[in-house]
Amino acid sequence: MSKKVIVLGEVRDGALRNVSFEAIAAAKKISGGGEIVGVLIGDSVQNLGQEMIQYGADRVVAVEHPHLKHYTSDGYGQAFMAVHEQEEPEAIVFGHTALGKDLSPKIAAKLQSGLVSDVTDIEGEDDEAVFIRPIYSGKAFEKVKINEGTVFVTVRPNNIEPLAQDAGRSGDVASVSADIQNLRSVVKDVVTKATDGVDMSEAKVIVAGGRGVKGAEGFEPLKELADLLGGAIGASRGACDADYCDYSLQIGQTGKVVTPDLYIAAGISGAIQHLAGMSNSKVIVAINKDPEANIFKVADYGIVGDLFEVIPMMIEEIKQLKVNA
Amino acid sequence: MNIYALVKRTFDTEEKISVQNGQIAEDGAEFIINPYDEYAVEEAIRVRDEHGGEVTVLTIGSEEAEKQLRTALAMGADKAVLINTEDDLDELDEFGASTIIAEYLKDKDADLIIAGNVAIDGGSGQVGPRVAELLDINYVTTITELKIDGDKATVVRDVEGDSETIEAQMPLLVTAQQGLNDPRYPSLPGIMKAKKKPLEELELDDIDLDEDDVEVKVERVDVFLPPEKQAGRVLEGDLQDQVKELVQLLRNEAKVI
Ligand SMILES: Cc1cc2nc3c(=O)[nH]c(=O)nc-3n(C[C@H](O)[C@H](O)[C@H](O)COP(=O)(O)OP(=O)(O)OC[C@H]3O[C@@H](n4cnc5c(N)ncnc54)[C@H](O)[C@@H]3O)c2cc1C
Ligand SMILES: Cc1cc2nc3c(=O)[nH]c(=O)nc-3n(C[C@H](O)[C@H](O)[C@H](O)COP(=O)(O)OP(=O)(O)OC[C@H]3O[C@@H](n4cnc5c(N)ncnc54)[C@H](O)[C@@H]3O)c2cc1C
Repeated sequence: MSKKVIVLGEVRDGALRNVSFEAIAAAKKISGGGEIVGVLIGDSVQNLGQEMIQYGADRVVAVEHPHLKHYTSDGYGQAFMAVHEQEEPEAIVFGHTALGKDLSPKIAAKLQSGLVSDVTDIEGEDDEAVFIRPIYSGKAFEKVKINEGTVFVTVRPNNIEPLAQDAGRSGDVASVSADIQNLRSVVKDVVTKATDGVDMSEAKVIVAGGRGVKGAEGFEPLKELADLLGGAIGASRGACDADYCDYSLQIGQTGKVVTPDLYIAAGISGAIQHLAGMSNSKVIVAINKDPEANIFKVADYGIVGDLFEVIPMMIEEIKQLKVNA
Repeated sequence: MNIYALVKRTFDTEEKISVQNGQIAEDGAEFIINPYDEYAVEEAIRVRDEHGGEVTVLTIGSEEAEKQLRTALAMGADKAVLINTEDDLDELDEFGASTIIAEYLKDKDADLIIAGNVAIDGGSGQVGPRVAELLDINYVTTITELKIDGDKATVVRDVEGDSETIEAQMPLLVTAQQGLNDPRYPSLPGIMKAKKKPLEELELDDIDLDEDDVEVKVERVDVFLPPEKQAGRVLEGDLQDQVKELVQLLRNEAKVI
C-alpha cells in the first residue's frame, strides 16, 4: 500500500540544508509511489518551497509565524502538529540533525508511534522497508522495521543519495496557519561559531586535526589542504579541549557525525568516541607519529610520520597534480 | 527540589564487540553507567547541593543494573529505583522505555529530570524528550550549563557547536551533553554509605502497566558488524615518496581527489 509521507525541510541561514533533500529521497522509498509533502517551518520560509519540489516533493506546506524565528520544541511542535492534523500522513521523515533529534521524539510521543533514529540506509520499499542504523557507537548496525502505526524515521546526513534536482518540476506551495503560543522555552541568545566555508556535515572532504596539531597555528596547514581540496576542517575533542580550535569543529559522538568521501585525520589517536563520528567515511587517511595509534585500524591509507612534514608535502604534491592536469 | 536522574546500564563500547545469534554477545562484557548519564547524575547532585532536596536515580533494566544504581548512590544520589522488566519483557523500544519511565514519574511531582543526551549502545537519543512530552513538561536537550532560579532555569544548549542560551520554565527535563560537568568518582565513604541507601525494585504491575501497553512498535530484525575493513595500507619508504604514493592512490585508486 502506498503511503503519504511528510518531510520536514530544515532551514539554516535562509537556505535548505542538504539533508532535507536526502530526506525526500528516503521518503520516496518509504512512500512506494504515494504523495510526498514537504513541510517548512520558520518566520519566513515559504520561498524555499519550490526547491523542495525540484528535489522530489509533490507539494509543500509552510507554517510561518514570528514566534518560529528560533527553533523551540514547543513552537515547532505546535507548527508541525498543525500540518500533521491537516495532512494525516502515514509516514514522516526528518534529518538526524540537532533540530531533528530534539523534535522527532516529541512528535513520536504525541503520536504514540515508533521512531527509527539516525538511519543510514533503507532496504526495500513501502511496507517492506527495512531501516539500517548504527548502534554501539558505530561498532555495529541493526536492521529494524516498524510494526504498527506511523512510519517515522530520521536520516543521518550525507548517507542517502538525494534525487537529482529537476528545475522543470513545479507544484503547489501553500501556507498553513497555526497558533504558536505558550512557549515554555525562550531563546535569549545564540552564539554562532559557524566556521567560514564548507558545512562540515555536508563536505566531501574533511581534514581533521587532533591534539597532535599542538596549537591554533597548527591548524593552518590543515586549512590550506582543506581549501585546496574544496573541503572543510574538523577536529577531535582533544584539539577542542586544548583550545586549538572551536567546539563547533568537533567530530564524534558528542560532536558532528560526518560521512565525507575523504577524511584525513592528522594527529588524532582514534578514540572510539571520535570514530563514532567518522568511521563511515568512504576513504580514511591517517597521519600519526605513533604507529600503534588506533586510528590506523580504521584507515585505508596511513602514513606514520610528523604531520607538520607530511601535510605541507601533500599540499605541494596536490598542487603539482593540478598544474599537470 | 525533587530531582530525578535517568540512568541506563550500557555496554562499554570501548570493548570489543561481537555478534552471536543475531544479538550483540554480552558474555564477559563490561557494563557501565552510560557516560552521558554520569553527567546527569553529577548535575543532579550539584543542583541538590545548591538548592536542597533529593536526588532519585531511576533505571529500567534487570537485576544486574543494581550495580550501576549503587554507583550512582555512591556518587551522592539519595535513592534509587529499579524497574525490573526481566520477567515481563523480551524486547523494549524507545516508545516502551519512555512509557514506563513516564508512568512511574507521573505522580512524583518532579521539579527537574536529567537524562543523558544519548545512550552509547542504543544511540537513539529519544528517551529524554519522549518522557518530557508524556509528562507534558518542558525540555531542553544537549545542555552544557544549567542554572536554576525559582520557577525558571537558564540553560546553555549545544547546537552542533553553536551555543544557545535558553530561559526555560520549570518543571523541566534536560539531557546532558559532554562538557556539562566533570563527574566525580565515588569515594570510599560514599561507597559504604551507598550500601545502606534505599533501592526500590518494581515491576510493570506495580506501576499499573501491562505488557501490551509497552509492546514494541519497532522490531529489530538483525544485528550485524560492519564488513571487516581490510587492514589499511600503511605506506613505507622515504617520507616524500610516501606522500607521492598517497596522493596517487587517492587520485587513481580511491578516486576521491
Ligand atoms: C562521553 C565522552 C564523549 C566523547 N566525545 C568525543 C567526541 O565527540 N569526539 C572526540 O574526538 N572525542 C570525544 N571524546 C574524547 C575521546 O575519548 C578522546 O579523548 C579524544 O578523541 C582524543 O583526542 P585526540 O585524538 O586529538 O588526542 P590524543 O588522544 O592525545 O591523540 C593525539 C595523537 O596525535 C599524535 N601526534 C602527536 N604529535 C604528532 C605529530 N607532530 N604528527 C602526527 N601525529 C602526532 C599522537 O601520536 C596521538 O596519537 C569523548 C569522551 C567521552 C568520555
Ligand atoms: C536485547 C535487546 C533487544 C532489543 N530489542 C529492541 C527491539 O526489538 N526494538 C527496538 O526498537 N529496540 C530494541 N532494543 C533497544 C532498546 O530498546 C533501547 O536501548 C531503548 O529503547 C533505549 O533507547 P536508547 O538506547 O536509544 O536510549 P536513548 O534514547 O539514546 O537514551 C537517552 C537517555 O534516556 C535515558 N534512558 C534510556 N534508556 C533507559 C533505561 N533503560 N532506563 C533509564 N533511563 C534510560 C538515559 O538517561 C539515556 O541517557 C533492544 C535492546 C536490547 C539490549
